Amino acid sequence: MPISVDEVRHIANLARLRLTPAEERRYAEQLSAVLDYAARLKELDTEHIPPTSSVLPFDAPLRADDPRPCPPRTRILSNAPDQEDGMFRVPPVLD
Amino acid sequence: MSSLTDLTLSEAAAALRQGEASSVELTQACLERIESHDGAVHAFLAQTPDLALEQAKAADKKLAEWRKKKTGDLPIVHGVPLAIKDVLCLEGIPTTCGSLILEGFRPPYTATSVRRVMDNGAVVLGKTNTDEFAMGSSTENSAYGPTHNPWDLTRVPGGSSGGSAAAVAAKMAFAALGTDTGGSVRQPASFCGVTGIKTSYGRVSRYGLIAYGSSLDTVGALASSAEDLLPIYEIIAGHDPLDSTSIREDAPAIVLGDTPLKNLRIGVPTEYFIEGLETDVEQAVLSAVAELEHQGAEIHKVSLPHTDLALPVYYIIAPAEASANLARYDAIRFGPRHASDDLWEQYLETRGSLFGAEVKRRIMLGSYALSTGYYDAYYGQAQKVRTLIKTDFEAAFQDVDLIACPVAPTTAFKIGEHGDDPLSMYLEDVFTLPANLAGIPGIAFPVGFDLNSLPIGMQLLGPHLSEGLLFRVCHAYQQLTDWHQESPEL
Repeated sequence: MPISVDEVRHIANLARLRLTPAEERRYAEQLSAVLDYAARLKELDTEHIPPTSSVLPFDAPLRADDPRPCPPRTRILSNAPDQEDGMFRVPPVLD
Repeated sequence: MSSLTDLTLSEAAAALRQGEASSVELTQACLERIESHDGAVHAFLAQTPDLALEQAKAADKKLAEWRKKKTGDLPIVHGVPLAIKDVLCLEGIPTTCGSLILEGFRPPYTATSVRRVMDNGAVVLGKTNTDEFAMGSSTENSAYGPTHNPWDLTRVPGGSSGGSAAAVAAKMAFAALGTDTGGSVRQPASFCGVTGIKTSYGRVSRYGLIAYGSSLDTVGALASSAEDLLPIYEIIAGHDPLDSTSIREDAPAIVLGDTPLKNLRIGVPTEYFIEGLETDVEQAVLSAVAELEHQGAEIHKVSLPHTDLALPVYYIIAPAEASANLARYDAIRFGPRHASDDLWEQYLETRGSLFGAEVKRRIMLGSYALSTGYYDAYYGQAQKVRTLIKTDFEAAFQDVDLIACPVAPTTAFKIGEHGDDPLSMYLEDVFTLPANLAGIPGIAFPVGFDLNSLPIGMQLLGPHLSEGLLFRVCHAYQQLTDWHQESPEL
């Protein structure tokens, strides 16, 4: 088992996911099975193989950094679970 | 005419031009069909009858003007009702990705692919069911319940574009948009007996497609035949400045015509005929290949030696990209919130309770593969092996024009059959993942039935941007056979 329940808790915290104890046990088991399966990748000698991060033969283009029209604030805020004075409202992050 | 929904897309387009049917009539016929059968099939997450009828009326008005003059181009999809996979944004219409974390979300803008079909006069019937965030091979991972396969309601339609495939198979829509990150257009097309195109990476804009695995995600479509699928593809293909990975050129026009199969070199990869491939599927695919050979194609055995590594590569890279993409669901800008006085607590509780089991599994897997100490061993290594998979195809396409192989090792499986065993479900994708990793296009279409009368699909894969060849060869096969004309009794 490459992944312990403690590691699952650590990763869940990194990924901001609250898991139940039953989920922690199940994910430890299931992620270990998938990672065991993926272990066969390590057997390959890839020292001289370049990685593929995109299949396209060009780099992402940059547009000119000019102001452009964007949707009205009310439309962007219309999906917000909480808002105040035309802004997204969140719990305090500083004491 | 028995029923308007029995028409193919091409027949419907002809009926509209000749004044034998109006777009409103076609739309009402589709809405009635949905009303009668979607309780059992559950292809749709949201229906948009008001929007559809408004679009249909506008289409009829234009058609009436066109019929007076008979000049100028009228797109084939003009006035034709379509369905849209619920991972593509349509402004103001609920878009959930099959997830509770987007319940009630109404996008402030429209995806380019959706915009283009609407600009060409197509009518939008609604949003179709999907595995949550397109993560799955059965549509069982939808938070809103599974879609049922119209050929056998106890079975899955495949996934993740299962709602789109089922809607087309059940004749609720003349065609549908779908997306394919690891097989999500081709495998449901295969399971539901319809034709589906997985486009080359970069050929169709991803703007407004809610991201899953950004280096793998592609927008495609499903319809009853290559002939019906082509007009949708031609509309959505081509450059879009709003997607930085969009190829900066127009897509060339494709003419189906009479494609001579003579001297066409078709490769059959030995690595796709392995243990676990059902006999009926193998036989049907080999018969289809034999039919193409009979028409003059040259059949060659080819080898794609790293095929068996596509699955572990995909299930590192896709979850890694997903873990980054799904970080945006923070309950601040959209989506429901499990409110707390503490922001950290709010993140944990909202994401923990509103993401489904498979999505959490992939976020965890991806976060692990990207985490300190494991990055090189998993993600870095997977990216290198991805190169090997891509070069396998490049080498094969030196010797053959395209590759023919099964879409999936089995036909549609029973709902619940894979239980809570993610690895056994991932193995369903073994034949579709390589094309996504290589960025190449594929077309899936029916080539027979198994002993349970379930459709069997074959896929043709070609070099990057070879959609024209795929459409022409698929069409040539469909001129010779009638598997694509079969439809389920509902």
